[in-house]
Amino acid sequence: MSNSIFQHKQTAHCESGVISNLLGHQGLQISEPMAFGIGAGIFFGHLPFVKVNGVPGTTYRIWPGAIFQRVCKRLGVKMESEKFSTPEKGMLALDKVVAAGIPVGLQSSVYYLPYFPPSYRFHFNAHNLVVYGKQEDQYLVSDPVMDTVTTIDPESLSQARFAKGFPAPKGKMYYPVHVPAKVSLEKPIQEGIAQACHFMLKVPLPMFGVKGIRFLAKRVANYATNPGDRKATLYLGNIIRMQEEIGTGGAGFRFLYAAFLQEASVVLKNNQLSKLAGELTQTGDLWRNFAFAAGRVCKSRSTSDVSYKELSEMLMACAASEEAFFRKLAQVKF
Amino acid sequence: MKKEEVPQDSDNLHEGTFKQIMYAVDNSGNYVQVQSAGWEPENIALDQAWEEVNEKVKAARARVEAGEISPVAYYMEKNLMDLALLANYVGKFQWQVKKHMKPGVFKKLSPKMLQRYADAFKVSVTELLQIK
Repeated sequence: MSNSIFQHKQTAHCESGVISNLLGHQGLQISEPMAFGIGAGIFFGHLPFVKVNGVPGTTYRIWPGAIFQRVCKRLGVKMESEKFSTPEKGMLALDKVVAAGIPVGLQSSVYYLPYFPPSYRFHFNAHNLVVYGKQEDQYLVSDPVMDTVTTIDPESLSQARFAKGFPAPKGKMYYPVHVPAKVSLEKPIQEGIAQACHFMLKVPLPMFGVKGIRFLAKRVANYATNPGDRKATLYLGNIIRMQEEIGTGGAGFRFLYAAFLQEASVVLKNNQLSKLAGELTQTGDLWRNFAFAAGRVCKSRSTSDVSYKELSEMLMACAASEEAFFRKLAQVKF
Repeated sequence: MKKEEVPQDSDNLHEGTFKQIMYAVDNSGNYVQVQSAGWEPENIALDQAWEEVNEKVKAARARVEAGEISPVAYYMEKNLMDLALLANYVGKFQWQVKKHMKPGVFKKLSPKMLQRYADAFKVSVTELLQIK
């Protein structure tokens, strides 16, 4: 039974992709956008004090693991989730579950996954993938951001699962033990939307939600002097990467959420949601324009104050557009 | 973003094979999944991040050759680690790892400690002692 047929579907984002693929295997068909929306994945945060390699962190989605927990809770799925003290125990436990024919979700570090192009392999510890079998000492892998299924050797997989740093995966593995035969999506969708609006509009800290976008905009305006020079373009480059790199679907998850709203409007028979999906698409395009302009500034290594002021204004426009959008979304009556 | 606007700016960083999924709107206004070969702004940002890494590695190598720092500092940069992460991998405090970056201290490290560094950097002890 170690080769149960696993339907691999390529997705934009690893976490919502793994949920969609794992639940689909158990007969519960949930699309990636639907998982992302029910899990209220859309978010914004800028953390100048949390630096990775000396560059401040920016995120366009909720923290790793949150989408997963919320989707399971809202759909009534029960997951078995385990962490391990040593790689030996972690690999043994994996072998046992895989031998029983159960596809397993794993948290891992991108740095140790040999099937990714070297240029993408940074120390990012919150990547999710599925192992669905073992053949001749190679694990069969369904990595949601990859085109097709692939394989990995035990040593690399062990290193990826037990990478150090933050957040340390500690070999985390998870798989559904109870999936309801029938689910109603109405209430989970409504709860997901309400939560997303809350996180984007109501978090009382300046770094998060719509406020966070304005917070970043104000800092970008001064990038030419602080941090200045080379660092300014590195900071900017990181904002682009978090917005456009693997797993965002482009435009920092905004298109992914718009796709969710479109699907939700069909489920709930609510035209307003599909109209709002169209509005969010326009906001996503604003983000893309920003990334394009920011990329130009990076390339020219410009230290001109004017270009940073212009980028700041573009971010302010993104903030205004998102604020208007989420206020309307919060008002939708179901 | 319309379906036809999904960027296909491939470059050597993607090795021509790696394509990611994007969500874009088709002619009737519905969201569909489209594969993208990459996008210019992302390529620029990624390029720039690697340039930064390569420069740090180059600078560290020069300093090792000049006898200013030990190979530990060089391999740390080469493995994209920072002090905190490296200390975590070898099970030491950051100040201890910092000391091991001094050539004089590094020379006196025990075989066991050298092996731990070699494991963290995925190289042999010989490679650790003599950078290529």
